[in-house]
This record gives sequence, C-alpha cells and structure tokens, in this order.
Amino acid sequence: MDTRQFAQRIRLRALELCYRKRTSHIGGAFSVADVLAVLYNDVLNIAPETVDCPSRDRLFYSKGHACTALYAALDLRGFFPDVDLLQEFTANGSYFTSHINHKLRGIELSTGSLGHALGVACGSALAGKRRREAYSVYTVVSDGELDEGSNWEAILFAAHHRLDNLTMVVDFNKIQSFGSVAEVMALEPLAEKLRAFNWHVSEIDGHSIPEIDAAMRGPGRLGDGKPHCVIADTIKGKGVSFMENQLSWHYQSPGEDDYAAARAELEAG
Amino acid sequence: MTRSTFINSLCEAAAKHEDIFLICGDLGYSVLEPFARRFPDRFLNAGIAEQNMTQVAVGLAREGYNVFTYSIGNFPTLRCMEQIRYDLCYHEANVKIVAVGAGYAYGPQGVSHHTTEDVAMLRSIPNMLLCAPADPIEAQAAAEFMAAFRGPGYVRLNKAGEPRLHSEADGLGFRPGHFLKLKDGEGTAVVASGAILALAVAELEHLGKRWALYSSPFIGNYALQELLALASYDELITLEEHQLNGGFGSSIVEAMSDLYANGVIKNMPRIRRKGIPNCFIGTCGTQDYLRQVAGLSLIGS
Repeated sequence: MDTRQFAQRIRLRALELCYRKRTSHIGGAFSVADVLAVLYNDVLNIAPETVDCPSRDRLFYSKGHACTALYAALDLRGFFPDVDLLQEFTANGSYFTSHINHKLRGIELSTGSLGHALGVACGSALAGKRRREAYSVYTVVSDGELDEGSNWEAILFAAHHRLDNLTMVVDFNKIQSFGSVAEVMALEPLAEKLRAFNWHVSEIDGHSIPEIDAAMRGPGRLGDGKPHCVIADTIKGKGVSFMENQLSWHYQSPGEDDYAAARAELEAG
Repeated sequence: MTRSTFINSLCEAAAKHEDIFLICGDLGYSVLEPFARRFPDRFLNAGIAEQNMTQVAVGLAREGYNVFTYSIGNFPTLRCMEQIRYDLCYHEANVKIVAVGAGYAYGPQGVSHHTTEDVAMLRSIPNMLLCAPADPIEAQAAAEFMAAFRGPGYVRLNKAGEPRLHSEADGLGFRPGHFLKLKDGEGTAVVASGAILALAVAELEHLGKRWALYSSPFIGNYALQELLALASYDELITLEEHQLNGGFGSSIVEAMSDLYANGVIKNMPRIRRKGIPNCFIGTCGTQDYLRQVAGLSLIGS
C-alpha cells in the first residue's frame, strides 16, 4: 500500500474508533499518523510472523493515549487478524484499552503514563549495543511529555552510553493538555537542547512522507555513538480542517455531524 | 555483612549465569567493584537517576537479561514507584531491586536515608516478591534465590555488621511464603522480618521467656500450612524496622484475619505488632538508638 494511503487509513480508523467508542485524543492520533505510517509501512523490520524474533526492530510508543493510531497501524499490517477492532476497542474484558497495552500482539510496552518508554527503549538499545545486535530501537514521544524529568534522565543516558541504534521521534504538535506547549512549559529551542545533550537532531515536516522516511534512515545509523532525535513538526488534528490546531480535540470525541464531516474530508484528501 | 554477602553471592551466581546484569544508581562504592571488574559487560552505573535506572533495567530484562538494580533505601524504591508499578510489575519484567539501608541502618544520615515505608508501598503492587534477609546466611540464600527467580523482586538489606543467626544454610527452608523457625516455644511466638531479628534473638535470651522465634525473610503470600502453624500459638508478636501502617506485621494480621473470616481457623491468636509507630524521627541517632526511640523492643511486651 502507498504510505500516504496507509496514513489516511490510520486516520479513518482512528476517527471511527474515537467516534464509536466516545474516546478522546483524536488530535494526537492524527498528528502522529504519518510518522506511524512510514514506520509501519516502510521502515520497521516488524511483521506479525516475526513479532517475537530477536532481530526485529523495536518501537516503544510513548504516546499511549494516542492508541487509536497505533491500533490502526498494527491492524493494517495484519497484527489483529481475528479481531473486530470496532467491537473490541474499550470493550469490557478486552485488552484494547484506551492507552496501549502490551498484552496485544505487536505492542512492545504498555504506556499511558508519560515519560516511561524512552528509558525502556534505552535499556533495549543498550542490550543491542552490548551484544552487537543489528536491530534498531525507535520511540515516539509527544512534545508535552517532555515535561517529565524521567525523559531527560534518559536523554542524558542515551548520549552517555552512545546509543546510536536509538531514534526518538518527537511528535511536536505544540499542544498539550491544558494549552499550548509554549504556554504550559516551553520546550524551545528544542533542537538546540538535544544537540547540547549530544544527540543528532533532524527537524522535519512531520506530515511529509519523504521527509519522515529520510529521517528514519538518517544519522542514527552512522555508528558514531550519537542517538538520533527526529523533531517532527506536526499539526494536532492534521487532516480534518476543523480539528487542526484545536486544543478541544485533545479531549473531545466526534459527534455524528463531526464524524460525517471528518470522514468526508479524509476520504477526499 | 548482609550487603557484602549478598553482592559476593551475586558475583558467584553471575559467574554461573551469563544473563545476570547489575545496574547501580551511582552508589555501592567499595562494594560493587568486584562485580564490575569481573563482569564489565554486565555492569552499569546509571547515574543518579533512579526512574531511568528502573526503566533501563526493564528494557534490558525484555532483551533477556536477569537484571539487578542497586541503590540505597528510598532511591531505587519510593523515588521511582510508578516505574516499579507500571514498567516493572505490570510487564512482569525480570528485574530485582536491591536496596541497602533498611530501617534505620543509615541512622545518623537523617530521614532522607531512613527506609521505613518501602514494604508497605511495594507489597501493595501485584507481581512483586519481597524479601528481607535477616543475617548473612539469609542474605546468601536470598542472592541465590533471586538469581534463579524470574520476575519482579525486591531485596531489602540492612547494611553491615549483622551477626549470623542461623547455623547452616542447608536445610534452611528458604522460600517464599515460609517462615524459618529459630527457636521452639510455647504460648507466644515472635515473628521478625529483616535484620531486627538479631534484636529479638538477644532480647529473648535476656528476658528468659520460653517464646518461640521465627524469621520471615519473605513478606506476604504466606503458605497456608505456615500460617496454620503460627495460628496454633495464643499470641504472636510481629517485629519489623518499618512503619506499622501496611508493613510486615500488617501482612500477618491480614493473613490471619482472612483465615478466621473464611472459617479456616476457629480462633485467632492475639497479634501484637512492634514497629515504628507511624512517625518520622528526625533527630540524629545510631541504628540502635533510633530503634529504641521508635520503641522497637520486646522488653515490656
């Protein structure tokens, strides 16, 4: 499948899940959809049949709240062949919780509490380095969760231990729970901060498939000891005009009219 | 002694098992060097960053390592409770947390270094196995047990200078859910967890009472027959170097109460809990002094 199409399918699926099950976080699912599409359609050496294979790539998805996008991506890649996602998502007794769950095939780590995945990714990357294994470790974090001190502990650690097999993608959609990132806890200049922490930094358009693709194959593989941060400049709610850059779509679940209008836009786009 | 015995035993285990990995939180100077020298590829100083230390440990465990984290008291435990709950215990990661300085072992260093709530907090988390060795024999057994055990664990060590209380490691019966009997007795049984067991041994001798004495190196999930053995006494006295709220004594009361409520036992022994009376002691003091201030004694019982 064409990766752009893959991304749109993620958005359509996420929309449907949020609408049917009245869940939140559609804005963050839409902002990260293109990144996930590139990772799952083009980059990651992951498939349902090799999900337990030691040589697979690892993705530690820290945006556990933006679960719908990840469930959709995994579903598109055939990880849930016997599952009716619309039925299972948030259903009593199901592991399709509205923050991602490692009890599901293809999900390396449960997340939902912020600031956990990067450190675990560091441990996985360290094991790969010590044992000279070829797998790559990716993590996708949100911008708001960089408020968490644990992330900065891990950012120091990754550079100190020369984890050049680690790539951290920041979904920089610039809106967090209570307002804009700039208002709540300013991150800028983020790229300079990470460079000062001895990371490689790529600043890209997080909705450009070629730019994401190039960044994921970028300096993280140079073997020069530096971990790689990809700051993906994204738009919260990307793809649906009335959801874009709106804080309310961090929480709001689409009503019937919203759903129809959003669906029409995504199908046209 | 428990600390150096534990680390020496862990070294021996690491020589046999190539998956054992030790991470410290920039503590363990003059204790961990032998491990670091022998197994440089399986040693790491994670710096003064316990949340990340725990997360890295989980990441290593996912990749097949049998990971031990090491630091002082509250730092590898309370400081990173959510990492322990969510990353470690929910994921059933094969990580054992080793904390030195249980109770008032770092007495003069102040409340920051008093490890007096860890049991209550950690025993509330599913999948966590708690172990508090009392003497060098139990510490060695704990290291060997934890090296073989797969899953989240916690080892609560005192520090140094603990006397040997058991005669032989063989036949100790050291396993989760089991108490170790040190002395037969009638009427009353004292059950202590951790290094404070030494105080119970000394005081029982001094008091000249014919009380039974047990060590409880593992906390929680007691085997039924072990509880039934304790239930045969008229009175139990639990002893711990930890706050009374939610600690070892509470775990015994809960277990006995459940047996009584479910009709498994017809009579419940009277249980008196000796522990820190839910307060901070902010003054200086040696471990012995602070134990006295907190009322950790069988004398007057």
